[in-house]
Amino acid sequence: MKIAVLSGKGGTGKTTVSTNLAYAMGIDYVDFDVEEPNGHIFLKPRDLKESDVNIMTPVIDQDRCTLCNICVETCQFNALVNTGKRILVFEDLCHGCGACSLACPEKAISEYPRKIGVLFEGTYEKADFFSGRMALNEPMAGPIISEIKRRIPKGRDHIVDCSPGTSCNVVKGVDGADYAIMVTEPSVFGLHDLKLAVELVEEMDIPMGIIINRSNEYDPLIEDYAKDSNLRILGKIPFSKAAAKIYSEGKLLIEEPAIKEIFEGIKKQVLEEVDHAISHS
Amino acid sequence: MKIVLTAKGKESSSPVDERFGRAEYFILYDDAAQTYSVINNPGQYENSGAGVKASQIVIDAGAEVVITGSLGPKAFMVLRDAGIRGYQNYSGTLEEMVAAFKEEKLQELLTPGEEVKTRGRS
Repeated sequence: MKIAVLSGKGGTGKTTVSTNLAYAMGIDYVDFDVEEPNGHIFLKPRDLKESDVNIMTPVIDQDRCTLCNICVETCQFNALVNTGKRILVFEDLCHGCGACSLACPEKAISEYPRKIGVLFEGTYEKADFFSGRMALNEPMAGPIISEIKRRIPKGRDHIVDCSPGTSCNVVKGVDGADYAIMVTEPSVFGLHDLKLAVELVEEMDIPMGIIINRSNEYDPLIEDYAKDSNLRILGKIPFSKAAAKIYSEGKLLIEEPAIKEIFEGIKKQVLEEVDHAISHS
Repeated sequence: MKIVLTAKGKESSSPVDERFGRAEYFILYDDAAQTYSVINNPGQYENSGAGVKASQIVIDAGAEVVITGSLGPKAFMVLRDAGIRGYQNYSGTLEEMVAAFKEEKLQELLTPGEEVKTRGRS
């Protein structure tokens, strides 16, 4: 069972929902927000093993190179340029696809592994913990997310904490999920980005439900939309000082009995929905 | 001598574009023939690497000089390696820039400008 948590808008409570629900369900937690990972603050994983994430980056053998320009024309990311004297490589533009070295008729291009980030594997109180982080000044999250994905043992139940937005990185997180949880807040901005995220998940044909964070108890803005779109509201996390205080101390909200009850309710509904989704797929 | 100018239009009377990689057009001025010709800028909407792509266009056009607003660190490095000098434009038309260049009134770009960071997509 794989559950993806996303939101569209940033700062709506993806990590709050992901960490608390993973804990409540006792399943693995995976932080795919490698641009700004923060699940570790709440789950406090132990025995973290750190490893490098590399992409293969071209090196030009200028003696073999005939300046034929084929590599420059092959590169889709403008990482190579022919100055008439040599081929220059801009490593931060390279996506590591390897097309240039395949295309080079002179075999003048070799590749070396260049570090673009790190990933972490460990355990938290209930299950396994995975996360990653981009290296300073490196712009590519995709390969780090893919590498974390490869590390998750097959068949393990897990919750994926996606990055904000509806970018390729979010698609990577949602891909292969049995169910998606859309976290939103009762604001116009929250609703706007929720709609974008719902559109994405619909396109990927994955069943989903909504959690309203910072709920005012009655949230017609979101509730009307959910009703019109035939989406189930799995639960509401109240907009309360108590919740804000627990969060600011880096603790799990389920330490508060009233909120624990809410998450138990969410867990029950998610399990029902996932069972339903799996039996109908 | 051939000069590439960044421009907001296709005529010699068009205004300059201060952007390099994301210029609307490149105009190639051939001093021997006294002609202006248009080179489209396919890199204008690139996610990243627009300056590098633009530099390649300038090199491939056989220019010795580029007249634009500023050159980012990558474009600066590429053009320098190719032996192409950059000069700074100011608000005006392409004809005015060519005339100012000939009168040695344009300032040479001797240091790279600020890097425009774009997000890499994966």
